Amino acid sequence: MEIPFTINERPDTGLTNPKFGIWLFLASEVMLFGSLFTSYIILRIGSPVPPHILAWPIQSQELNVLIGAINTAILIASSVTMILSWVALKEKQFKKFKLYMGLTIVLAVLFLVVKIWLEYLPKIQHGHVMSTNNFFAMYYLMTGLHALHIIGGIVVLAYFWGPGAKMWESNPEQFTNRIEVAGLYWHFVDLVWIFLFPTLYLL
Amino acid sequence: MTEEHHEELGWWRKYIFSLDHKVIGLQYGLTALSFLLLGFMLMILMRWQLAYPGEVIPWLTFVLIFIFIGFTIIYLAGKNRPYLALNSFIFFGIAGLIWYFTTGEERLPGGIMLPEFYNQLGAMHGTIMVFLGVVPLAVGAFGNYILPLQIGAPDMAFPRLNMASYWVYFIGGVLMIISFFLPGGAAQSGWTSYSPLADINTGQTMWLIAMLFLIMSSLLGAINFIVTTVQLRAEGMTWFRLPFFVWTQLITAFLLLLAFPSLQIGAIMQLLDRIAGASFFIPAGIIQGGKVLEYAGGGNPLLWQHLFWFLAHPEVYVLILPAIGIITEVITNNSRKPLWGYPAMVYSLFIVGFLSFVVYAHHMFITGMGTAVATWFQTTTMIISIPSVVFLAVLVFTLWGGSIRFTTPMLFALAWIPMFGIGGLTGLPLGLAPPDIHLHDTYYVIGHFHYIVAPGSIIAFFAGLYYWFPKICGHKLNDTLGKIHFWGTLIGMNLVFAPMLVQGMAGMSRRLYDGGMEYDHVQPVMFLNEWMTWGSWMIGIFQIFFILNMVLTLRKKSPTEDNPWEATTLEWATSSPPLAHGNFETEPVVYRPPYEYNVPVNGHIEPYLPQHKKVEMRD
Repeated sequence: MEIPFTINERPDTGLTNPKFGIWLFLASEVMLFGSLFTSYIILRIGSPVPPHILAWPIQSQELNVLIGAINTAILIASSVTMILSWVALKEKQFKKFKLYMGLTIVLAVLFLVVKIWLEYLPKIQHGHVMSTNNFFAMYYLMTGLHALHIIGGIVVLAYFWGPGAKMWESNPEQFTNRIEVAGLYWHFVDLVWIFLFPTLYLL
Repeated sequence: MTEEHHEELGWWRKYIFSLDHKVIGLQYGLTALSFLLLGFMLMILMRWQLAYPGEVIPWLTFVLIFIFIGFTIIYLAGKNRPYLALNSFIFFGIAGLIWYFTTGEERLPGGIMLPEFYNQLGAMHGTIMVFLGVVPLAVGAFGNYILPLQIGAPDMAFPRLNMASYWVYFIGGVLMIISFFLPGGAAQSGWTSYSPLADINTGQTMWLIAMLFLIMSSLLGAINFIVTTVQLRAEGMTWFRLPFFVWTQLITAFLLLLAFPSLQIGAIMQLLDRIAGASFFIPAGIIQGGKVLEYAGGGNPLLWQHLFWFLAHPEVYVLILPAIGIITEVITNNSRKPLWGYPAMVYSLFIVGFLSFVVYAHHMFITGMGTAVATWFQTTTMIISIPSVVFLAVLVFTLWGGSIRFTTPMLFALAWIPMFGIGGLTGLPLGLAPPDIHLHDTYYVIGHFHYIVAPGSIIAFFAGLYYWFPKICGHKLNDTLGKIHFWGTLIGMNLVFAPMLVQGMAGMSRRLYDGGMEYDHVQPVMFLNEWMTWGSWMIGIFQIFFILNMVLTLRKKSPTEDNPWEATTLEWATSSPPLAHGNFETEPVVYRPPYEYNVPVNGHIEPYLPQHKKVEMRD
């Protein structure tokens, strides 16, 4: 039994099922991160003014802006290679797809390495953990949830790069659609970071 | 869908990890009904304590309850439906363990209930009923089984995702039950889990983990329902030819999709408060047992309430909208008339869906939110009652002048109208801050929302079960047993919930473990506690007729007819039960709106005109 419009678009809606599904998923993700940013704002504006022990710290002094900026660049670059891998499939150049998809995964892993080894670990060693204050609690929660999304993305992308790529032989059109859908998710995760970086490091 | 396409599926694929929306719907339905029973049992325990505080619980009552779970097993074990049997065995086992466990010294020493255990029962009754009973039954079971059939689809848009949402829900449910067995017991901070109490109280950690599973399940399900409705409608099934039930499921799915993430964040934050020592919801200097707790502080307890109610108010509409959809189907079918104001219903549904996101803080009037904010939430709350009244008005106008058949599902549907009316009207004083300040956290609130979800949602689900049972199994349920079940349930429910309104107005607080005997001002209404407890027994006893009815009907051989209610919507365009693969013999084509009963065709009155029936017009 075939489910209609899995590969081809439904004429009156102009969408395939997976593409519509991922957009709905992203809508729910917007609410997820929206609630998180709202909580951040509420906790921050509710904190007392500086001499007070519970005052919100000056964020750019607590976090390493340079490392954050480098990570931002890494993620944006991975978004570019993600798009290029999809374009490569559209142009029927499978090898180029493998290259760009591989690069995307490498950049994503690099992001995590920088995040964990250059940011989380040194901070934990300095005793800055979630119980320190609400700024660090919020920092770990927001970046941690984002990192979980990155890990999820790496799993999916690695599947399409490795075993999932066999589908290119049997059903190239569906495979291309899958990469497009995965790409939508990936760009969203990047977009979240683009909001997270200024909120947590610069403001 | 010819025979040679039928590949033989393995036992696991066919009954346990099935991808068929009908099997998944049944799995959801049976699991949710088991949880409703479990939630009911917890309530029976609580009601005993309220009516007879400090007296030994007579275990005979519970033995009776297990006998009727036993009924289900007897039937299921004997029939060729192992996927149902497996579920019911699991829950029989779990329920038995709880029974064993509740006799323990930390909970019921000598059969007398401890206050901590009463709190656990209260929190878990609410959680189980809302998140594990009513929502999965409304959306997971009815939505999954009926929606693809009503739009003429071969299955849900993402069958694997569908299976995943069931199993994630299942894990969430199992974790919720496991929490009873952990040291400290289950959650005991109410289903609303207000911080900072819930941050430091025992039992909350597992509750939060289980909730994260349930939320994930709902999100996956919601995506699936929306995509299915939008993408898989049969040819000719335009938006305004959708049965109203499909509309309610669609809006419900949007509510789940957009409201649940806020509780997801709230649950993660509360979990981190508990396990990582964060203080998202904890202000500085919290004292427990005479000691200042070691938290950095600076958190905001009200933030939890906002995150919680931003979900939990739309959640209330998740509980009631599918019920309205079911009632609309049943009433239209049994009035033998087209739905009186279909577009008005649909537009009202949109308005309710949208407004349900902007009324939530009416649960928080006593938090000192200030008059400006309170005014906004009072106003939106008053506005949202308008479309709700439109639903009731349309249903009553549909009855007007119809040739009403008093079938069992119709009795439930007719009773639903005044019951939902009482539930809705008793909500108005709570939506306005001045009376709410008096009534907040009293039994009046309990009475109000139970009128919405028990004689509201659950009565509607009974209507749906009686109405679609022949679709699922090929046989109508017995009418006499059905009517006994109906009257017993209806009277029992009113016996339980109407006195709550009286007690609440007298000022009796909710969550009192001894039923309020320490307070002078509630003494005149204390006698009602006993009546309510009798009412709850009555509800329980009359459910035996329902289970007996299902057992007897399912034992019948060969299915009788495909469309026993002479209905017009597409789910009746296929055999009963529907084909395992792809639902329909040939893809149906839709020619007309959903409720064409007794309409003039070619100079005569057609008793009913199915959506898929092609009629050549003369002239």
